[in-house]
Amino acid sequence: MRSLASTISYLELLKLAFPEVIVVISALVVLGIGLTSRRGTAVSGVSSAKPPTRAVDTAAATGWCSLAAALGVVIAIAAVLMLPRNASLFGGMLVITPLTSLFKIICLVLAFFTVCLARSEKALRHMGEYLAIILFATVGLMLLVGSEELLMIFIGLELLGLSLYVMAAFDKTDVRSAEAGLKYFLFGSTSSAFTLFGISLIYGMSGSTGLVVISEKLAGAPAQPLLATGIIMTLIGFAFKIAAAPFHLWAPDAYQGAPIPSAAFIASGSKVASFVVLGKIVLVGFGPVHGSSAWHAMAAGWSPILAVLAALSILIGNLVALAQTSVRRLLAYSAVAHAGYTLLGLVAGGRDGFSATLFYAVIYAITLVGAFGVVAVVRSESGGDDLENFSGLAARAPLLAGCMAIFMFSLAGIPPLAGFFGKFYLFSAALRAGEDHGLLWLVALALFGSFVSLYYYLIVLKAIFVDQPSRTAPALDDVWSDLLQRITVTVLAAAILFFGIMPGILASRILAAMP
Amino acid sequence: MIAWTIYLTFTGGVLLVMLPRTFARWIALLTTLAGLVLGIVAFLRMPIADLAHFTTIVSVPWVPALGINYHLAIDGVSLTMVLVTGISAVSTVLFSWDVDHRQREFFFWLLLVVGGCYGVFLSVDLFLFFAFYELVIVPKYFLIAIFGSTNKEYGAMKLTLYSFFGGMLVFAGILVAYVTAGSLDLNQLAQFHFNPQMQSWAFPVLFLGFAVLAGIWPLHTWAPTGHVAAPTAGSMLLAGIVMKLGSYAGLRVAMNVFPEGFQMWSKWIAALAVIGIVYAAAVALRQRDLKFVIGYSSVSHMGFALLGLATANALGVSGAVLQMFSHGVIAALLFAVAGRMLYRRTHTRELDALSGMNLSRALPFAAFTFVIASAASMGIPGFSGFAAEITILIGAWKTYPIAVWITGAGMVLAAAFTLRALVKSFFGEVRVQTGRVPIDADWKEQPITLAEKCGACLLMFATLAVGLYPKLLLDRIMPAVEAMRFLK
Repeated sequence: MRSLASTISYLELLKLAFPEVIVVISALVVLGIGLTSRRGTAVSGVSSAKPPTRAVDTAAATGWCSLAAALGVVIAIAAVLMLPRNASLFGGMLVITPLTSLFKIICLVLAFFTVCLARSEKALRHMGEYLAIILFATVGLMLLVGSEELLMIFIGLELLGLSLYVMAAFDKTDVRSAEAGLKYFLFGSTSSAFTLFGISLIYGMSGSTGLVVISEKLAGAPAQPLLATGIIMTLIGFAFKIAAAPFHLWAPDAYQGAPIPSAAFIASGSKVASFVVLGKIVLVGFGPVHGSSAWHAMAAGWSPILAVLAALSILIGNLVALAQTSVRRLLAYSAVAHAGYTLLGLVAGGRDGFSATLFYAVIYAITLVGAFGVVAVVRSESGGDDLENFSGLAARAPLLAGCMAIFMFSLAGIPPLAGFFGKFYLFSAALRAGEDHGLLWLVALALFGSFVSLYYYLIVLKAIFVDQPSRTAPALDDVWSDLLQRITVTVLAAAILFFGIMPGILASRILAAMP
Repeated sequence: MIAWTIYLTFTGGVLLVMLPRTFARWIALLTTLAGLVLGIVAFLRMPIADLAHFTTIVSVPWVPALGINYHLAIDGVSLTMVLVTGISAVSTVLFSWDVDHRQREFFFWLLLVVGGCYGVFLSVDLFLFFAFYELVIVPKYFLIAIFGSTNKEYGAMKLTLYSFFGGMLVFAGILVAYVTAGSLDLNQLAQFHFNPQMQSWAFPVLFLGFAVLAGIWPLHTWAPTGHVAAPTAGSMLLAGIVMKLGSYAGLRVAMNVFPEGFQMWSKWIAALAVIGIVYAAAVALRQRDLKFVIGYSSVSHMGFALLGLATANALGVSGAVLQMFSHGVIAALLFAVAGRMLYRRTHTRELDALSGMNLSRALPFAAFTFVIASAASMGIPGFSGFAAEITILIGAWKTYPIAVWITGAGMVLAAAFTLRALVKSFFGEVRVQTGRVPIDADWKEQPITLAEKCGACLLMFATLAVGLYPKLLLDRIMPAVEAMRFLK
């Protein structure tokens, strides 16, 4: 740190941060296109003599914006592929390892699908700005993933958070969207304050914000209350981001009220990146104070804290989801439960546990983007996302119904879908971690949770496959109206099936990328 | 080659959905027939010596990082189960020939169940095994909830949740075995020595999970409700094969992986099995709905299979496997008569209503089939039910003589409820013609169809062939059972 100014090489920095730079540039381009085209519409709006032209103008501008955003994301993926294998700048502020590269790509892919969903979202005005914010949030994700330094992580977290608050509140015609944004903002900013407080305590004790240095300092230090406070405060911020109980209260409203692409992004990209960072912080930074959450040998550390969070999330998420009638709220509570399952791998610790967590987080993210895609189509055609809106979907749109079945069953952990392998991987990693099956209590709870969860996923599918379509519901046979959305959903469903049958392809990559 | 039963069935299922609906039932029939033919060819061509141990068919690494292999194998026990799956599947398709409502979807779900069952019976790798095992649960829900009759949504949900609950127990058991032994291969797990203290709790978890599917008392209540709610094809598959998944897996996985745990708990299993036999028979005696009678009789007969497993000697366990085959065939036959031949024409399954209809005159073929099925179900010598149950009882006599005495009472009850159902449904006193059938205008236009006759003949042939010459199967089952670990 002392010789920061002398060692800095801007060329090097630009080379290593090239993917982020590309995303930022494409965000600016998208913003530019959006601005110029909107000025055009304003002019024609004054005359108001030719409204059809105006509509065409806006549609075309939206199309160009989406294209630019998608293109930027694709180029950024290519740029990530061209990064060196390993590099580190400024004491861990910007780190490149196989793991960070892999997850930058995954975050970009998720952003790409979010852009696809946003393209067909008709309720949104000012598409250029919306897409630009998605891209800024993506930069936040990439910074989060690619850093091993607490300050940088905090900056990434804030960049991501601020973008997501705006995205949640973006639908200005809908009160619920405003509610979602406000709730998300209030909870989010409070938990950020906690995290910052925790980080400052940790810094005070270890004299550094780099994770590796912190870990070295903690290894020799005796356990003290201040350290415990610091760790708990830091973890709270992340528990909020991944919507683990009891920090999940924002999730149902955000998932239900926010525009669908925003909700999908909150549930997918934001979660994956948060798990990557959380894993790095606890396993690398706080490694020496692991503690133990085995039932016969509980020991203080961060692992029992995460274990309690996981147990609470599984119980609360699954039980409350049972009572939901809105599919989006149901997905929100199931998200809480899934955050609980995913934490199991971190509680277990080690390469095995961490890679199980990441595998599950990625699969979960893909599934949720797809599920939200289906919800978006149903909502745009039938005006709502309650269970009644889904009734008889199998007759109205067989392909969508089939995809939704794949997503729901993957979430419930039914083979041969990816969610099943994910659970198998997670639970076996957790059982292997403690000696003498110490984490069996948590695994048993998670299995019980999966059992409960099948009921509410089946209720959704019952509406789709068994119930008769209500008379008011229109047929969804107008395939061309939202072709892109349908293609996106189908591709995601195919991915879930593929990773279920061939899980090794993704799992071995993640495992190989583990430090 | 026998592995093609799995691939063909799933391919058939996917094809069904892709192609126009006119092909649906033909594809289903061809696929299931191909499965049956493959089973018969394997039965005729495989040397008996090869069937005495789990002979590997395919073994390819699947997820090497976790030690998961795509590993299939066959022995005498698996072969028997593959055969009964093939027979039930073909007859199920024949008895569903005139399903008209959402036909493609119907046969898709049906083939998914069948393919999953083949998979379970042939898997060696526990991950693969469990994947197939869970795969069977989902299609059952849709088969029942969409195509079923009485109280279908409740029955479907209950059955699915029970199955999934059992599945979660199994998942826990498999995970514990996997993590402790570091392998998922059944052959390797059967060599591994688990510490007895662990076996004492891991075995009941695993076995109970499987036994839920086999309808063990007191976790059997899903079975009658589910059978009644299901469409005919659903009941035939459920009783015919799916319940056997539970008992087969209990034998193949739970008993072989945790033999000492099995020794500790076998008498409890026997006790539950005997209670199940007697209790379900007594309940069946009081039912008014013909399908409920058959549903409870399934629970009672599966009790025999569980009792056979609990005897822990080669004879009893072989008898249990034979019973799985025999009951698969007989239950399918009973449900076919009650659900398809009778209910489709009379629109009632109430025994009191049926008894006034003089059905033995109106539907002679159905009456004939039901007489055969009832005789087989009661355990009249010459049918497979007798061969299987007597083998089980001889086996049980060595270990639990008291159980045999109580079971004897259960068999009397079984004869009583079967005869009651038979008499009431077909040979009731012809008072006034109260039922709908004889006065129904289009009655004459619904004779028993050729498809129904073929299906019934196939099942009757199977129960007679095995009943008259049980050595046919026992020669293949016995050596395979004797090679199993829990006997040593």
